[in-house]
This record gives sequence, C-alpha cells and structure tokens, in this order.
Amino acid sequence: MNFTAPESLIFWTTLIFIVFFILLKKFAWKPILGAVKGREEAINDALESAENAKKEMQNLHADNERLLHEARSERDAMLKEAREIKDKIVADAKELSMVEGDKMIAQAKATIESEKKAAVADIKSQVANLSVEIAEKVIKEQLSNKDKQLKLVEDMLADIKLN
Amino acid sequence: MIAQKSIKLIAILVFSLLPLFAVAGEEVGDHGDGKEFDASELINGHIGDSHEFHIADWDGHPITFYLPVILWSDNGLTVFSSEKFHHDNTGHHVVEANGQEFVRHNDKVYYKNKFEEMSDEQKSAMIPVDYSVRPLDFSITKLVFSMLMASIILFFLFFTVARSYKKNDKAPKGIAGFLEPLVLFVRDDIAIPNIGEKKYAKYMPYLLTIFFFIWINNVIGLIPFFPFSSNLTGNIFFTFVLSVITFLITSFSGNKDYWRHVFAPPVPKALYPIMIPIEIIGLITKPFALMIRLFANITAGHIIILSLVSLIFIFKSIFIAPISGVFVLFMSVLEMLVAVLQAYVFTLLSALYIGQAVAEHDQH
Repeated sequence: MNFTAPESLIFWTTLIFIVFFILLKKFAWKPILGAVKGREEAINDALESAENAKKEMQNLHADNERLLHEARSERDAMLKEAREIKDKIVADAKELSMVEGDKMIAQAKATIESEKKAAVADIKSQVANLSVEIAEKVIKEQLSNKDKQLKLVEDMLADIKLN
Repeated sequence: MIAQKSIKLIAILVFSLLPLFAVAGEEVGDHGDGKEFDASELINGHIGDSHEFHIADWDGHPITFYLPVILWSDNGLTVFSSEKFHHDNTGHHVVEANGQEFVRHNDKVYYKNKFEEMSDEQKSAMIPVDYSVRPLDFSITKLVFSMLMASIILFFLFFTVARSYKKNDKAPKGIAGFLEPLVLFVRDDIAIPNIGEKKYAKYMPYLLTIFFFIWINNVIGLIPFFPFSSNLTGNIFFTFVLSVITFLITSFSGNKDYWRHVFAPPVPKALYPIMIPIEIIGLITKPFALMIRLFANITAGHIIILSLVSLIFIFKSIFIAPISGVFVLFMSVLEMLVAVLQAYVFTLLSALYIGQAVAEHDQH
C-alpha cells in the first residue's frame, strides 16, 4: 500500500472531521433531532387527545343514552298519569252528570207533579163551576114549571129512599 | 415483466463490466512500455494514496486530476501543483520550488540531495518517519480530496433535510423521508440501548457524524470512477484518527466508576501491578480494534475486487472477463453491505465504549 505521508492524512482528517462535525452539529443534527423529537411529542399528544376525545365521546354517548332513557320513562309516566287523569275525569263527569240528571229528573218530576196538581185543582174548580152552572141551568130549567119541580122532588125522594 | 427482466439483465452485465473499464485504462500505459502486468503494483496503487487523481488513460496519455502539493520544508511553506512531478514516482524527476529541489519516490516527496544519499532499504520504507530526508507533507492528496468531497456532499444532504423540517412539521417528505429513518436507527438502535435514555442525547451528534461519514466514504470507495473510487476508509491513518476521537470522547466522558475500575480495580491490592497495566491495555485495545477492523474490512474488499479484475490481465484472455465481471458484481454488492455494516459496527462500538464510560455501577 502506498502511503503518501501519514502526517498529511492525520492532519486533514482531524481538521476536516472536526469542522465537519461542528457544522453538521449546528446546522443539521440539532434541527433534525429537535424536529424529530418535536414531532414525536406532537404525535403522542395528538394520540393522547384522540384517546381523550374518544373517552369523552363515550361519556357523552352514555349520557345521551341515560337522558334518552330518562325521557322515555318520564314520557311513559306522563302518559300513564294522563290516562289516569282522563279516566278520573271521565268517571267524575259520569258521576256528576248522573247526579245532575237525577236531580233534574227529580226536579222535573216535582214540577210535573205540582203542575199536575195545579192542573187537577184547576180542572176540579172548573168542573165544580161547570157543574154548578149546569146544575143551576138544569135546576132553572127543571124548576121552570111546577110539574118538573115536583117530579124532581119526587125523584130525589125516591133516591133517598132507595139509598 | 419480460421488459423488467431484460433491463435487470442488461444492468447486471453493464455493472459487471463497469469496473473493467476503470482498470482497463490503467493497463494501456503499462503494456505500451512493454512491461509485464503486475497485479500487486496495480492493487497497491488503487488502495493507497497519491498526490494526483488518476482518472484514465487515453491513447497512452494519462488523464489526471492534479491536486496541490503542500510541503512544510526547511524553507517554510511550499505549495505547487502535483502536475510538476510529471507522473514520476521513481525519484528521477526533480521539481524546483521555493528554492529547493524535490523528488518523488513511491508517492513520497523527498529532498533531492538527501534522497540520493538514502539506501534502498530506506527508500522502500512504507511509512517514512525520518523527517530529515523529507519535508512534512500536508498535501491535499487523493484521499483528502475524497474526504472533502464526502463532507460537502453529506453536509448539503443533511442541511437540506434540516431545512425541510422548517417548512414541513408533518411526516417527512423526499430526502428527509429517506434519511430520517437512518437518523432514528442510530438514535433508537445504537445510542439509546448502549448509552442509556438519560445520557445519549449528548453523544448523538458524534455518533450520527461518524456513522454517516464512514458510510458515505465506504460507498464512495466502491464507485469505480472519478471523482470516487478512493480507498479512504481503508486507510489506517484515517481510521486511526477516528478511533482516537472515539477514545478521547470515551476517556473524557468517563465517570468516577469507570476510572476507579481502571486504577483501583476490585481485586486484592497485591494484584494491582498486574491489573492496572492490563486495564490500561484494555482501554487502548478498544480503539485499536476499531481502527484495525474498519481499515482491514474495507481494504480487503478493495483488494478482492481489484484481484478479480486483475485476473483478466493475468490470463490475458477476454473470455475470463464475464466470469470475473460476475464475481466483481457479487463482491461489489457484498461490499455495499459491508460498507453500511462497518459504519454500523464502528458507531455501535463507539456507543458501547461511551456507554461503559458513563454507566453508573451499583455493584463493585
């Protein structure tokens, strides 16, 4: 192997390597390693936040589910209550109407009764008047002549006898 | 389907023959001189270092990218183009610069007057450390040029990535999308398991830098044409500097427990004269292993590929070319794996050593 001069290569290797090392360290390794580290941290952060978001989503989902469930049961309860109220109202109404009806019927009956009584009384008085007038007229007629008056007396006497 | 298959086949053929072109050029010159083909010379030339960047030969003339020669000589700083050596590597061509005369022999620059007095044994020394015969050489050699290029490519690549994050704070796009997983790989599979969650951040820039620096230089070494193909990570001085840096970081990060383990190991005091030297040797073997491992793996890969290519010229037959090409393709693919593997291993072991130095021991 041809060695030109050991001092040449040792000198230049040392010089070039040191200068090269310093330049690379300043302009390449620091920015590259920094950027790589920064990106790794960013990726880890992103993954972590994604995990957190996922958890949050799950929580939200569970919350939603719970809320939905609550709403559903509340609705059911409300419907049940409404149905009960409706039934109660209907029943109440029925009862009330029945009572009212009865009352009205009773009232009507009473009115009818009183009207009837009044009518009957009226009829009675009219019949009495009419009979009095008829009787008057009959009597006047019958008593217009003597024979008939006598006859009447005789008939009446006969009736009494019979009785 | 059929079209895809045939495209793949053509690609395999082209790529298996590609390394041949890179070397084929090399040979024209040698054959022109009527010399016998010397595989070890070719391989040594390719895996070593040089003052100029040889691209190819054309019509017997080498096409070369000349790099500056920078010398710290007896007369002070001397700079001239490597073109002045006129491709001479035998010590015959004299270059005058800054009032001095230089010659080059086996890619090493010597003072002319001193070189003439040297023995053959001295001349053939692989690593010349006698600075009386040669000036201190701080040339921008082929490997230094390659290293500069790799640094610039890497810097712009990662600067672009860093800038893209300023505009885009979402998932990474484009080049960032490709490089970010690698950065994360270094962080999550190398730094954190070995150094620990608490302390890794401080060492990340270093680990990332060596990982990508070694990797890109390994890959550049595998591309068989200009301006690539240099065997930087297979050069022991380069791996030496990197492992020394790892060693220094490890030593300066070492906490009380780490140093107590070295200088006051949990053994009877009588054993200290044996244990302390062993522990100190242990400290040094770790970066030493790092240095040798990277150097040997990459150089071995280059040597195997070049040897396979050289087979063609050794057998002097065109029929060996496809066989050699397929083997070269296979080795190249394997070396692509080794390129990333060795970068990974170097980074992993650096992280491991740093981790041992900063670890908090409960026991002992």
